[in-house]
Amino acid sequence: MIFDPFVLPFTIGLLILFFIVFYKFGGWIRKFSSEDKSNLKKALFSKNLFVACKEIFYESLLHRKIFRVNPKLGYMHMSLAFGWFLLIVVGNIETRIHSGREINGPFYPIFFKFFEHNRSTIPFSNFFVFLMDLLLLFVMTGVVLAIFKRFYSKFFGMKSTTKLKIGDKFALYSLWFIFPLRYLAESLSSAVYNTGGFFTGTTGDILGSFLPAADIYYYFWWAYSLALGVFFVSLPFSRYMHIPTEVVLIFIRNAGVVASKQYNTLSEIEVNACPRCGICIDKCQLNTSLDNKKIQPAYFLRDVRFNQVKEEIATDCMLCGRCEEYCPVGIKLNNIRVAKRKDFAVDYIDNYKYLPPDEVAKADVIYFAGCMTHLTPSIKHSMTKILDTAKVSYWFMDEDGSVCCGRPLMMNGKDKMAAELIENNKRKILASGAKIFVTSCPICLKVFGEEYNLGIRVMHHSQYLLQLVKENKLKLNLTDNNIVYHDPCELGRGAGIYEEPRELIKRFNNLVSNEFEKENALCCGGSLGNTKMSHDQRNIIAKDVVLQLTSDNPDILATACPLCKKSFTYKSSVKVMDIAEIVANSISQTEPEKIISRKEALMNA
Amino acid sequence: MIEFGYNIAKDRQIDFDKNDKRISTYVRENEPSFKTCISCGTCTATCSAANFTDFNFRKLQLMVRRGETLEVKEEIKKCMLCGKCYLACPRGVNTRNVIIQINQAIEKIENHDI
Repeated sequence: MIFDPFVLPFTIGLLILFFIVFYKFGGWIRKFSSEDKSNLKKALFSKNLFVACKEIFYESLLHRKIFRVNPKLGYMHMSLAFGWFLLIVVGNIETRIHSGREINGPFYPIFFKFFEHNRSTIPFSNFFVFLMDLLLLFVMTGVVLAIFKRFYSKFFGMKSTTKLKIGDKFALYSLWFIFPLRYLAESLSSAVYNTGGFFTGTTGDILGSFLPAADIYYYFWWAYSLALGVFFVSLPFSRYMHIPTEVVLIFIRNAGVVASKQYNTLSEIEVNACPRCGICIDKCQLNTSLDNKKIQPAYFLRDVRFNQVKEEIATDCMLCGRCEEYCPVGIKLNNIRVAKRKDFAVDYIDNYKYLPPDEVAKADVIYFAGCMTHLTPSIKHSMTKILDTAKVSYWFMDEDGSVCCGRPLMMNGKDKMAAELIENNKRKILASGAKIFVTSCPICLKVFGEEYNLGIRVMHHSQYLLQLVKENKLKLNLTDNNIVYHDPCELGRGAGIYEEPRELIKRFNNLVSNEFEKENALCCGGSLGNTKMSHDQRNIIAKDVVLQLTSDNPDILATACPLCKKSFTYKSSVKVMDIAEIVANSISQTEPEKIISRKEALMNA
Repeated sequence: MIEFGYNIAKDRQIDFDKNDKRISTYVRENEPSFKTCISCGTCTATCSAANFTDFNFRKLQLMVRRGETLEVKEEIKKCMLCGKCYLACPRGVNTRNVIIQINQAIEKIENHDI
């Protein structure tokens, strides 16, 4: 048996790590519903397993999504993860070939260069020595970049790095030490036994020229083993728990387990899979505009993980979804945030008995303006003008004031209250017999599409107007206005509608592109998701956004959300218009007498 | 007894030395903008719920200040949290958070936490 006492810290650390990690995983799998469990079992023997493995390779080892955010940051993560992984794999192959045994002690490949000095018996020994040195160099570049990043994160395009908890510090500093110590230990061993390659061998020769290598190399192996041991023991209590958890998370996702509105086992796994990389901190406008570095998902998920969620952290978020868009682990951050708000929400039942009896009109299309549109009346007037001109048979559902769609309540964790409003609105929509439901408010759009189960087409007005234009029901005048388009959070990242508004604008105006568009769009600051921000804070955000969007001096700042319009209007020197207003202004040859007849037509019908 | 068509109204006198300021204090602490309300009534004019019933945010804040806890509890359930009042408010009172904080205060009073 090949053994030396210095392998003990590593071996014990590894055993503790395995024990804790498997205990945690077992607990999670036990908590899954029976349906999810059977999904997981099925996935083990289907092609989903291969899909998952491919994704694990791309995301957990190569870190493709971080490369997309910043190549330097991506390289740092890849060199550490993929480099270490290859060191383990190649090291194991090397030792198997050498010893000829199927099973070695777990420490044997790790400390191979300590135990084996005679390389002549190893087949392809020169190749392996070269490869292992190359891999070590690869990992070392990552470690150097990681240490550099802690002190100068701007180099990686990051304005801030995550603040650490005590467990994180243990894990981080031991991680920093692991590979430099391995490098030194192997180099010093090489100085004594000449076992090194181009990297460790050369360093060993230099160190050996002025250090008593034979006396000290043993202590470096001890230090290396200790660093590994400390890292393994602190891993489950630190952010590095994300390493094993992300692998499991990717598999579970591919098995078809989907997130629910409640905080469940999948959410718990997602929370543990958060590496607190801090990409969300830079993307958050509460940080960039308001210098608030307390509420970002990296910190919020940490609080969730250690059961320390505070109400002011959970509710101080605009739910704009920018963090979610860039999260390299793909955690459903808004979902977890809203689910956690339920812990603080007071949710009544039977609140809205005062709502009047249904007055329903039969029509092909329902137009629902939404609360926010009632505060920006020019949008609803534009919409009625357009619908009348296009001779659409429609019912303006909330012409005399709207019953809320329920989304603001849901955003604040009041599901029961929202369900009551949803039931009320749904009854009316279904009774009208309409085939298409059009709304001007993206906040409403999401809830009508996802929660109401209407069975009819739910469209945002930008989609519907484009359809009208395509069907030649609207004739529009060309203009030479330069228009910059602001993607509302709920419409873009929320509902994935990026192209329709753009196509509509492009048909009769010049569309100017902007750095902050589509997935990278900023939030106007109006957000109904946040109940903590003050008026002044919202204004600061709106001003910052307007500044970015109007940097090219466009003629019009267009948007497709009444709340965005309201946020921007008084902060912008450029005219702010909703897409419906732009369309309404471009209608050629309106015939006034037909517009007036809309109400009469309804009454006659 | 002869019905004269009028009777003695229920006493609505509020003793400001004895009234229940728990909700008011709680909301002021957690949402300081509540203090800046000038009772102008813009919130009520734009309110979605007030369109259908006699819900009245201006009256609600008055009841909170007077300490009419029971009335507040019934009244506040009518709110849909849509946020129009917040956008209309000329003083920048974070009305949605005021509603949420009142809810929490009532729950805490019922649990004897405050």
